[in-house]
Amino acid sequence: MDLFTLVLYGLALGFLLFSWIRDRSRTKETLRRAWKAFENILPQLFGVVVLVGIMLVVLSPATIGRFLGRESGLRGVMFAAVVGAITLIPGFVAFPLAAMLLRHGAGYMQMGAFISTLMMVGVITAPIEVKYFGRRMTFFAMAWRSSTLSWSL
Amino acid sequence: MRKIVARYRFTWITLGGLFILEIVNPHLGERAVVTIGYSLREMLLVIPPTFLLIGLIDVWVPKETIIRLMGKGSGLRGIILALLLGSLAAGPLYAAFPVVAVLVKKGTSFRNVVVLLGAWSTTKIPMFLFEITSLGSRFAYIRLVLSILGIILISMVLERVIDNREKEDILQSLASF
Repeated sequence: MDLFTLVLYGLALGFLLFSWIRDRSRTKETLRRAWKAFENILPQLFGVVVLVGIMLVVLSPATIGRFLGRESGLRGVMFAAVVGAITLIPGFVAFPLAAMLLRHGAGYMQMGAFISTLMMVGVITAPIEVKYFGRRMTFFAMAWRSSTLSWSL
Repeated sequence: MRKIVARYRFTWITLGGLFILEIVNPHLGERAVVTIGYSLREMLLVIPPTFLLIGLIDVWVPKETIIRLMGKGSGLRGIILALLLGSLAAGPLYAAFPVVAVLVKKGTSFRNVVVLLGAWSTTKIPMFLFEITSLGSRFAYIRLVLSILGIILISMVLERVIDNREKEDILQSLASF
């Protein structure tokens, strides 16, 4: 566990202890609601984790790299953006992957697009977003996130 | 029982996909199972504090406080707070929705919800630190600045594009969760 997570644990447990000292029944209510919030996203959460696991092994870094590394120009950017949007690889894999691709001649623009859409768009997590925001909002949000990204690049 | 089956429909479908992969290519299937196990463990390790904080906010923080800090008239302070909350919290993007749910219930404005979700997905602090080490600080800082500008722009555009009635609907469905 990294330092950041430990600090968050410290914070949360500290507040919880404080809450327990102040008011036991409210603390029990706190725990009950925390659990309920967690249990609520559990079905989607399991689904996403399984889907990501499948994607990770089917679309290996080598596969993605073969397509992104050779491309250039606007087409490369678009391709990178699309790949970033539909794949869901964790940051600790994505950043070294992007670094490796950069060393092998991929453009900064392509990698910027790849990383940005990877972090922001998330087609795979869209079902969860739809659940909370409705189809229209999700669509708008994704479209805008994509377009402003290409604009800022 | 039938309820559980229905609620976890998405999970069953993906498990079906995993099963098919296992049959088509057992080697890849096995690696997928290992990866899934790893991410589940990682997730269950990182996620608890975020949900404890959700419970604590839900029970202890009065509605007036959140309205004042992140409600409709909260202005720049609300945006900064939403950016900070999104960047500081731990867990994948789908853990952000319950956080948003409790904040909306307490009166957070639509725009700040969008900002928080944007920050959650792009300006996470641990990710940023990691980005610096692997892609260099110049790349990381430029992307951070552009991301923040992008997030704020997106929130403003969405604020205009989505009409008030739909905003209310969205906030309501978020809060009733």
